[in-house]
Amino acid sequence: MSEAVVHSTPKPNRRAVGWILAAIGLAILLVAPFLGIYPIFLMKLMCFALFAAAFNLMLGYVGLLSFGHAAFFGMSAYVAGHAVKVWGVGTILGIAGGTLAAAIMGVVFGAIAIRQRGIYFAMITLALAQMVYFFCLQAPFTHGEDGIQGIPRGSVFGLVNLHDPLAMYYFVAAIFLAGYLIIYRTVNSPFGEALKGIRENEPRMISLGYPVARIKVAAFTISAALTGLAGATKAIVFQTATLTDVHWHMSGEVVLMTLIGGMGTVFGPVVGAGVIIALQNYLATIGSWVTVVMGTIFVVCVLTFRRGIVGELQSRLKLFG
Amino acid sequence: MQTFLGVPAPLLFGQLLIGLINGSFYALLSLGLAVIFGVLNIINFAHGAFYMVGAFAGWMLLNYLGIGYWPALILAPLIVGAIGIVIERSLLSRLYDLDHLYGLLLTFGLAMIIEGVFINFYGVSGQPYAPPQALSGGYNLGFMFLPAYRGWVVVASLLVCFGTWLLVERTQLGAYLRAAVENRELVRAFGVNVPLMMTLTYGFAVALAGFAGILAGPVYTVSPVMGQNMIIVVFAIVVIGGMGSILGSIVTGIGIGLVEGLTRTFWPEASSTAVFVIMAIVLIIRPHGLFGRPRE
Repeated sequence: MSEAVVHSTPKPNRRAVGWILAAIGLAILLVAPFLGIYPIFLMKLMCFALFAAAFNLMLGYVGLLSFGHAAFFGMSAYVAGHAVKVWGVGTILGIAGGTLAAAIMGVVFGAIAIRQRGIYFAMITLALAQMVYFFCLQAPFTHGEDGIQGIPRGSVFGLVNLHDPLAMYYFVAAIFLAGYLIIYRTVNSPFGEALKGIRENEPRMISLGYPVARIKVAAFTISAALTGLAGATKAIVFQTATLTDVHWHMSGEVVLMTLIGGMGTVFGPVVGAGVIIALQNYLATIGSWVTVVMGTIFVVCVLTFRRGIVGELQSRLKLFG
Repeated sequence: MQTFLGVPAPLLFGQLLIGLINGSFYALLSLGLAVIFGVLNIINFAHGAFYMVGAFAGWMLLNYLGIGYWPALILAPLIVGAIGIVIERSLLSRLYDLDHLYGLLLTFGLAMIIEGVFINFYGVSGQPYAPPQALSGGYNLGFMFLPAYRGWVVVASLLVCFGTWLLVERTQLGAYLRAAVENRELVRAFGVNVPLMMTLTYGFAVALAGFAGILAGPVYTVSPVMGQNMIIVVFAIVVIGGMGSILGSIVTGIGIGLVEGLTRTFWPEASSTAVFVIMAIVLIIRPHGLFGRPRE
């Protein structure tokens, strides 16, 4: 899946453009709640953008398509929701717990799935996620079809009341930024270079002496943990954790977000999540035809638009720049 | 009453029969997936949707055109196969030079479209489809009651599976197919029309899914989501059996059906998870599956 990726070493002016874009992004993030956009929509967008970016860490940078990331997203939501609602732990601790649970699952799933590549990897992650789905369907603490409802938002260290929508918004924005920075650092580090090396030519990396299997499991764990961070945060924002979050449709949705935004790009998953979440919001009136629209986007993307929005822009800019 | 490990014998055999029937559907579906994977190198995510379309084709033929079960048993797979051929020619054939993942993603989108359309017209609740008159009764086998239609399902799927195995492993056409799996260019050099072969293979394999669908109609209810619930289990079966292995997919399909039946008898909560647990264990011990060959 490497064709979507631009392989140029960042030139100084390119880096400056990157910083300017990042600054603009940060400014938009900070003033967004004052632009009259529904805050819940923005928070949902950030949760899914983080989810997609974490997923893209595997697909875009290691070249492994996980079709089971909903397991980390949903399980983390359940753990965070249960911890906050039933055990009464603080919001931060609840989110940390969900993230940790997802990270542990990431290690185990990674260790099993990483022995395969390409479509085999996709199918194995899908099947493992399905195991989690059935667990969540039957385990008592998830409340089956009802899910966990009415999760209290609580406060940050007893100081900031998260029931205030604006406070909640900046709390989610902080988590989103932190998660994004981790992904950015991971990708732009020697570890990230090793990941791209594995994507391009795995046998070469093995013969160079890289512990490829361990690197892949580590990447998978980071990806799973950040997916868990997104899931736990979503549970706090919406105050619910349900089976939808663990269902494989969710895994498919995040693939679609990444694909439409541009896999292997830093901002692609955010753009993709924005497009899909906006579509779901504005097409809500057409009911389950949304599925058909999504499916059509999938097919069109695969046939004609494989680089995604950001990937396409990047290659155009490089062409004319 | 006879008991077996503390479980009444009729209950155990009843669950084993359900397992055998589910296993027959698993075998038909995973067989089709294995054939498509072997020849086209695509994971056909739309396979569950084609299974559902097969069941609906039977239901529609009866309810809209008054065509009964027996003609539909031939017509439904033909309809599904024809749809498959159109899809292969118009969409899938554009992806052969790309990474295999795009095939999976395209068929995933297709499955969403097909299932979404049916959900919009028929809702998620099922439509009843009665078994044919000739198979409505049942037999008392002494230790259990065997409904005739369920017996027929097992026999029919085993025959079709065996026939497909013969076709692939024992005929000239099958030899071309297997050769094309190894080296497409070489087979083309021998004057075989490889693109046509791939189109027909896809059509045939999804027709198998359609056949499984119409067989399943009278056993389950005909519902737009019947394929979704099935397809992930079938994926796991394909992984357990070893990708691309024809025999592996048949044997594993039936075997997993039986294991599910046994689990349902002794530990009902675990029955839907059993297949994934087995898959995880198999992958740890034999990463290429029970019947597969190690790759690369």
